[in-house]
Amino acid sequence: MTLNVAITTVLKGFDLDVNFAAERGVTAIFGASGAGKTTVINAVAGLHRPDQGTITLDNDTFFAADRGINVPVADRRLGYVFQDHRLFPNMTVAQNLSFAKKARGLRQDGQHHSAVLEILGIAPLLGRYPTDLSGGEKQRVAIGRALLSQPKVLLLDEPLASLDHARRLEILPYLERLRDHSDLPILYVSHSVSEVARLANQVVLLDRGRQIQVGPVTEVFSDLDAAQFLGRDDHGAVLFAKVVATHADGVTEVQSSGGRLFVNQTVSSANKRIRLRIRAQDVMLSLSRPEGLSALNVLPCVIADIRSEAKNSVLVQLACGPDRLLSRITERSRQHLNLQIGMPIFAVLKTVSMAQEAIGFQAG
Amino acid sequence: MESVFLSPESWTAVFLSLRVSLVATLLSLPLAIWVAHLLARGRFRGKQVLNALVHLPLVLPPVVTGYLLLLTYGRRAPIGQFLEHSFGFVLAFRWTGAALAAAVMAFPLMVRAIRIAIETVDPKLEEAAATLGASRWFTFRHVTLPLIFPGVIAGSVLGWAKAMGEFGATITFVSNIPGQTQTVPSAIYAALQVPGRESEVLKLVLISVVLAVGALLVSEWLVRRRRKKVDAA
Repeated sequence: MTLNVAITTVLKGFDLDVNFAAERGVTAIFGASGAGKTTVINAVAGLHRPDQGTITLDNDTFFAADRGINVPVADRRLGYVFQDHRLFPNMTVAQNLSFAKKARGLRQDGQHHSAVLEILGIAPLLGRYPTDLSGGEKQRVAIGRALLSQPKVLLLDEPLASLDHARRLEILPYLERLRDHSDLPILYVSHSVSEVARLANQVVLLDRGRQIQVGPVTEVFSDLDAAQFLGRDDHGAVLFAKVVATHADGVTEVQSSGGRLFVNQTVSSANKRIRLRIRAQDVMLSLSRPEGLSALNVLPCVIADIRSEAKNSVLVQLACGPDRLLSRITERSRQHLNLQIGMPIFAVLKTVSMAQEAIGFQAG
Repeated sequence: MESVFLSPESWTAVFLSLRVSLVATLLSLPLAIWVAHLLARGRFRGKQVLNALVHLPLVLPPVVTGYLLLLTYGRRAPIGQFLEHSFGFVLAFRWTGAALAAAVMAFPLMVRAIRIAIETVDPKLEEAAATLGASRWFTFRHVTLPLIFPGVIAGSVLGWAKAMGEFGATITFVSNIPGQTQTVPSAIYAALQVPGRESEVLKLVLISVVLAVGALLVSEWLVRRRRKKVDAA
């Protein structure tokens, strides 16, 4: 399944202009509030009619401005999870979940049904009404309701934005499982760097309706051009790694393509693929391999690019094997070390710098 | 000694009133829901005209409404003649005409109550239903209608009470024929014209009060029974 979106539409104050393809896995529509993210998935859903362009799913055309095609929402076969759950208050959880089946006259697929209940952990809630559910439970039921409509595309509009931190952490693992166990293209709207870093396979970066960049999450988050559109504290690369060993002191040893790393968190299963987010401010640079240092993680890298920023600091892009890292240092340090593009360098990462929510699981 | 029971003529008036008001309410309810939905959710030209038209009986003197009904549905009026010739259906001076007059007078009250209920339903829920593959009718039937149920009940009771009490338009359109078009208000009015029938008037008044309070209690019970199941979020 490939979802192709190529649309332009006039919004208040700016034009939205996007063009990307989404395959199986999570494509994050990422940008600040008011960048036009929700309009993109509303256009895919049929809730917003763009001025120009086409939206297709494989050979199905949802929208084509020049041919006057605009398939009604109900006929597009997509699952939409709204920011504000939108469960039907007059129905139990079970009735909410079977709404699409009744509306579309679908045949009951018992196996799929129980798999969805299982993956979302909502089986115990079936007899309850939405008012009796917590925020996190409501959002899980909303995700289940969308999945049980047997959609061909899944659209999620900031599904965690209305939840507190604890509830987000509760739902994220479900979303990870969804990403890794379904064949659907999933469009995930978010303005949260940590969510996108943890969930996205691909990122579509938007700024005031303009599509700044499209690419794998590892590339977009380590890109110096893209970095301009992120907050200073959000700068940081995403790495994939595989768990090698879990040590008795609670430190987990992982292998990334750039080298061995130690993560200050217990990840039980060996060989599990995890993703790490390493913030630019947590990466120090050293011309020689440091000795007698408390930091455990040292990766040999090459300087790929350097970009000056405000406040006398510079952002350095590092190539560590095929992986990319970002590092923020002062202009003074850069001159002191005489850093140049192409220079070999050692990146020093503190174990503690990897916050819990920055570690996501990845099947495979 | 005078009987504590109603006279047979009064009983006839009570049963006729019940029949007229129930027929008026139940038959116009689907139309009222449809018009309320149009006014609450529709975007079309002439919406304000429709709105004004629906509310007209509320602001016109009832006698005027009754006379207008006579002009359109009387035996020599265009629609009245058409109905009589095509279906043998006569409204003027029949209980069916009383029901029409009651329905016309009750309609704005029903539409208002139901429209307000529809406006409190979040259109986002209807949007969500569409993304789940529901047609507009399916969405209305399974999402909107259950959520506006209290409003529909309130509108129906209000409309029914108005139909029970309707006097001016009824007496103008279908007159005051005992056994045919004499409803409780008409019967009270007729009894007041004759000296010595004050006790009959009082009994009819008492019955009116009992029926009205009873209807309120039943509607409260219906809504509450529903709420127990569904506490709208």
